[in-house]
Amino acid sequence: MTTPAGVAERLTSLVGALRAHGMRIGTGETVDAARAVGELGLADRELLREGLAATLLHGQGQRQVFDPVFDLYFPRGVGGPEQRSAGREDLRDRLADALTADDRATLGRLAIEAVDGFGGYGSSPESDGWSSYQALERLRPQTLLARVRDTIRGRGGSQGFTDRLLEDEVRRRIDVFRALVAAEARRRVAERRGRDEIARRAVAPTADRVDFLFAGQDRLAELRRTVQPLARKLATRLAARRRRASRGTIDLRRTLRGSLSTGGVPMKPVLRRRRPARPELVLLCDVSGSVSGFSDFTMLLVQALHDQFSKVRVFAFVNRIDEVTGLLERGRADPEGLSSRIQGEAAVTGYHGSSDYGMALGEFAERYADAVGSRTTVFVLGDARTNRSDPNLPAVRQIAERARRVHWLNPEQRSRWGTGDSVAPAYAELVAMHECRNARQLSALVARLLPV
Amino acid sequence: MFTSVDDVSARLAETGYLASPAVATTVFLAARLGKPLLVEGPAGVGKTELAKAVATVAGARLVRLQCYEGVDESRALYEWNHAKQLLRISAGRDETWDEARTDIFSEEFLLTRPLLTAIRGDDPKVLLIDETDKADVEVEGLLLEVLSDFQVTVPELGTITATRRPFVVLTSNASRELSEALRRRCLFLHIGFPDEELERRIVRLKVPGLDEALARSVVRVVGALRAMDLRKVPSVAETVDWAHTLLALGADSLDETVVRATLGVLLKHQDDVLKASAKLDLDAL
Repeated sequence: MTTPAGVAERLTSLVGALRAHGMRIGTGETVDAARAVGELGLADRELLREGLAATLLHGQGQRQVFDPVFDLYFPRGVGGPEQRSAGREDLRDRLADALTADDRATLGRLAIEAVDGFGGYGSSPESDGWSSYQALERLRPQTLLARVRDTIRGRGGSQGFTDRLLEDEVRRRIDVFRALVAAEARRRVAERRGRDEIARRAVAPTADRVDFLFAGQDRLAELRRTVQPLARKLATRLAARRRRASRGTIDLRRTLRGSLSTGGVPMKPVLRRRRPARPELVLLCDVSGSVSGFSDFTMLLVQALHDQFSKVRVFAFVNRIDEVTGLLERGRADPEGLSSRIQGEAAVTGYHGSSDYGMALGEFAERYADAVGSRTTVFVLGDARTNRSDPNLPAVRQIAERARRVHWLNPEQRSRWGTGDSVAPAYAELVAMHECRNARQLSALVARLLPV
Repeated sequence: MFTSVDDVSARLAETGYLASPAVATTVFLAARLGKPLLVEGPAGVGKTELAKAVATVAGARLVRLQCYEGVDESRALYEWNHAKQLLRISAGRDETWDEARTDIFSEEFLLTRPLLTAIRGDDPKVLLIDETDKADVEVEGLLLEVLSDFQVTVPELGTITATRRPFVVLTSNASRELSEALRRRCLFLHIGFPDEELERRIVRLKVPGLDEALARSVVRVVGALRAMDLRKVPSVAETVDWAHTLLALGADSLDETVVRATLGVLLKHQDDVLKASAKLDLDAL
């Protein structure tokens, strides 16, 4: 079984690009992938895509990175389409037809034409490129919605009950087209600038590596959907750790006492019994605009893990603090509306709307001191940017003294701590502060820091 | 086993399993490369059915290991038939030692369980390890030896190696993260929800009495439900159930009353039902 020349090289650079995105792919998988290429041949691109995905990937989450990278290394074609398209209106007409018929193959061809005709910018060889944004801006496929809908209705293709689904369906078809245009623009750019660089830079990372602070609405929604699986994963890991920990250490005194009957030879090691611990968790979350995505996600994660603890209490603050444990429990089916519910139902802001850590933490130490005890682990979530107000270090010290452990999770890059109005270094001297920029880091931290 | 990917699709279709291109490709590769196939996906999209269909196509015997919490070596691999061993010992009470010591750890006293069954013998077999994620982590260790070398070690008998490799399918609902080592030994396949056209064909195949237009509407409504953010979105199995229900009710087209009355077939949580009703305007009368 031999693979065509050049394919091996292309395959290894594909694997290299995937590895650069944090996927762990061993040589064994690469060899399997090459065998798959040998079995399937190169004629059918979609078969090849599925074959490589089956051999190289280990989970569905990786697919989102794999698909665009695959498009770069095994492109649909090279260069532009054979014939130039006639014009904007003509293209829009044909696009409307393809959307009406829901014809994926035609949509793919039209995406190529769209990028070729309207996505190019620049005139000198050094500065030109291809932009999906520009192509979509000129074509405005979203404005075809009404037209496509009316055409379908006019043909009687959708009557009665299903008519009300039509609009959403057309919208989804338009989204498909937009994604096709983006992929095509990426391919054209890659042709010019070299695949490896584009594969590294232009492919969106998997959800768990998106920075909390820079994630847009759709990425956050996607991230929220990963909460349940992530919680399950963490729960297994915690259970395993608990099992190991319960084996305990040797109790020397009782081992020696037991050895008296065997003449001082310790035949039976006696293990120290652990006192059954009942870990309690208190979460203090900054829910102000800048970090709400991060707090949101962490709150949901902790909520999903709640059966691991005897008690979980969650407090939210901007400049005043309020308990939101109840809101989280009731809203388990609706993670989307969480932050708006907190803003609406809990008293988290006072006279102004910007965050004030000193005030909020002080209020916590005063009003909810009984929430923290010797069995409690406290997590503080926030960027420690307190808008130049008093950080109130004594309050933090007070909380740290009462609690078993205090961990501060900061969604900002470590190098930015202390810049501007950030008082992170001052807090970091009192409690352990950890950088926590994405879901991957968060899950690693949670697995490490949570009490057994 | 198969000559091409198209061959896989065609032959699976003969048994009533309509495979998407991704499914057909992966099954073809698993057969060609001789690697186990790990199938993940939501409940009710036909993971187990796939293994059964492959067995039918290949004319192979289906050996199934259903995993659950607490499944162990003696359930998965083999067990010694203690009762029979005791009988053998007491039956030979008058023998001399030389006669009595005939081995009670021989094939005769071995009870084979699914994993051992699957690698013994020369007839073609499909080994289905169902809901792998339900089993404890220790069982995965057991599977590793079986899946990489297709051999099982019985201390008293030695290592038993497969003379004919079974086609292995592992399924998982991802309720527990499977170990990286296990994943490395397998080809990975995610079966998601089928696209509209494939699902329509599946519905038509499973519910022959349903007319084309109604099948189309059914699939579209299910597609719309899946696009909503529900606790449990309907799977293919539920689409088929719904089609059966509609047929039984004699509904020849969808309207608000019918959908509202039968939404429970598709959705399994009350808050999902409420949410879907609101989005589909079922309450507006």
